[in-house]
Amino acid sequence: MEIDFCAELEQDVRFKEGLKACMNCGICTAICPAAELYNYDPRSIITSVQLRNNLQIKELLQSETIWYCGQCMSCKTRCPRGNTPGFIIQTLRKLSQQYGYFTHSEKGRQQYAIKKTVGENVLKKGYCVHPDLVSYDMHEEQGPIWEWVQQHKQAIYDRLGANLDKEGAGALRKIHKKNLDELQAIFDVTNGTELYTIIEEESKKQAERMNLGFSDNIDNEYFKHVYTYNSNTHSE
Amino acid sequence: MDTAIHTEKETWGTYQKHVADDNYYYARSCIRQNFFPASEYMFLHILRKVLGKHVYDDPNHTTCTGIGYHSDIVPFETIQTVVARHFALMTEAGLENIAISCVTSFGIYTEILETWQHFPEQLEKTREFLYKATKREFNLPKNIAHTSDIIYKFRHEIAEKAVYKLVHAQTGEPLNVVEHIGCHYAKMFPTKGIGGAEFPQVLSGMITAWGGKVIDYPERRHCCGFGFRNYLVQANRGYSVSNTYKKLESMQPYNPDFILTNCPGCAMFIDKWQYTIAEMEQKTFDSQGKGIPVLTYEELAALVLGIQPWDVGLQIHQIQSESLLDALGIPYDTALKYVDKQGNQLPLPNKPNNLLQ
Repeated sequence: MEIDFCAELEQDVRFKEGLKACMNCGICTAICPAAELYNYDPRSIITSVQLRNNLQIKELLQSETIWYCGQCMSCKTRCPRGNTPGFIIQTLRKLSQQYGYFTHSEKGRQQYAIKKTVGENVLKKGYCVHPDLVSYDMHEEQGPIWEWVQQHKQAIYDRLGANLDKEGAGALRKIHKKNLDELQAIFDVTNGTELYTIIEEESKKQAERMNLGFSDNIDNEYFKHVYTYNSNTHSE
Repeated sequence: MDTAIHTEKETWGTYQKHVADDNYYYARSCIRQNFFPASEYMFLHILRKVLGKHVYDDPNHTTCTGIGYHSDIVPFETIQTVVARHFALMTEAGLENIAISCVTSFGIYTEILETWQHFPEQLEKTREFLYKATKREFNLPKNIAHTSDIIYKFRHEIAEKAVYKLVHAQTGEPLNVVEHIGCHYAKMFPTKGIGGAEFPQVLSGMITAWGGKVIDYPERRHCCGFGFRNYLVQANRGYSVSNTYKKLESMQPYNPDFILTNCPGCAMFIDKWQYTIAEMEQKTFDSQGKGIPVLTYEELAALVLGIQPWDVGLQIHQIQSESLLDALGIPYDTALKYVDKQGNQLPLPNKPNNLLQ
């Protein structure tokens, strides 16, 4: 039975907030940083969604297109009709992952890299970003000062009033296990854990299709591929 | 005529925002704890020691998961419940005002409160999720402010206690300052930011109160380029650096003395991408080849108040600040720049190839 993607989208409150009545003026595309760099046109995406064209929506869910947006939300400020294309993108990405379509595109497959880094960091450390995550070999663009901070992090964070990996309050304190357990419980009851599982399982299937190695940690061929590969076809 | 003035005042009134006067629950920022830990330390120091305010820094607070949410690996229901847990911690601490250090988090808290207003069933569902997961309950905050709102609110009190003004020590002329406001501060919900999305005052108000001159530039409101997944994944980082390049190129003709930001990611990217661009293209956007210093508002407030630059954390910026300190007439001891808490010398950082130090 064909999935009714329009009905699924309409269940998301962000869809209701994000799409009132688009008149196709294109100001969202004019202001959009992603449209300036990628072959990306939020106006046409909103048209497909507003027309409730199930086939076109399915194509979007499998496409590169929905993964270009940087969610700066500049479109929300500028839309004369009060629409938010950025919210619509969020709802499309949610469906793309829910139905495993995200592995159909180069940019969509990158969700695995984000889940393995930021996603797992949230539950293991209680932070989206932590000095252990922003390793210099994965972030050379951070420059030699960040390399220096990484090499002497305990001394430097102490010097600057942080509380790195220690008990108590303060920046970068160790998040107590009881708090991490509460975060995990929240993920469990709100389908956050389920989304992580979908990303992991669908990525594993895709790794097999691409004949790339896959493992539980990030030291695998598939992670390296999705994290670094750019076909450089996204502006065409 | 009177009617016209009245209307103008009424219109401007819609761009104002009430910020609580005291008693804040502090919600820290993931990025700032990593890259600007001294800024958060200075926020607490200034509020508590300089202004005599009560701020609760809670060890039980965690990430809001915002970077995960805006890169679409965290569902909306999940982040609503994580934020509800923070409200529960605030409620348990006996507080009603929340002070949020991160602009991404500030946008998320605002989005969630708006959602609960428009869709009350979402609030009820979130209460059920939170109770099921943690047995916690919560009140909604009475006042929600970004921490830059709070420094803005007390900008004149800070000016009264200032040791330095934002003027050239030699000439007495005001410094030329450009500001960059994080997109999620007011672009999503303009009424929640001071001055809204069109006339944001939150940083320019500080600059003028402390003696500087705000310089307008064409791409003042353009995104810094974080773009969440467009930085988190190495393959996408061309998006991020290209946007920062566009901003820097736009401000270059105005010769800014420094850039002031209120967003964790923006401060980090505009600082670090200047290094990357210099390495890639041997290009800087200042006249000396050193880059344009990027400051957070707490760093600036602390400098104005006479706190030593290395206690403020300027040594962990990639763009070095000595030229700016010289311009302001702020003394500094180079020997103390790279020391630990006990004053022991640490090995020196490597120097960039194309960015003068």
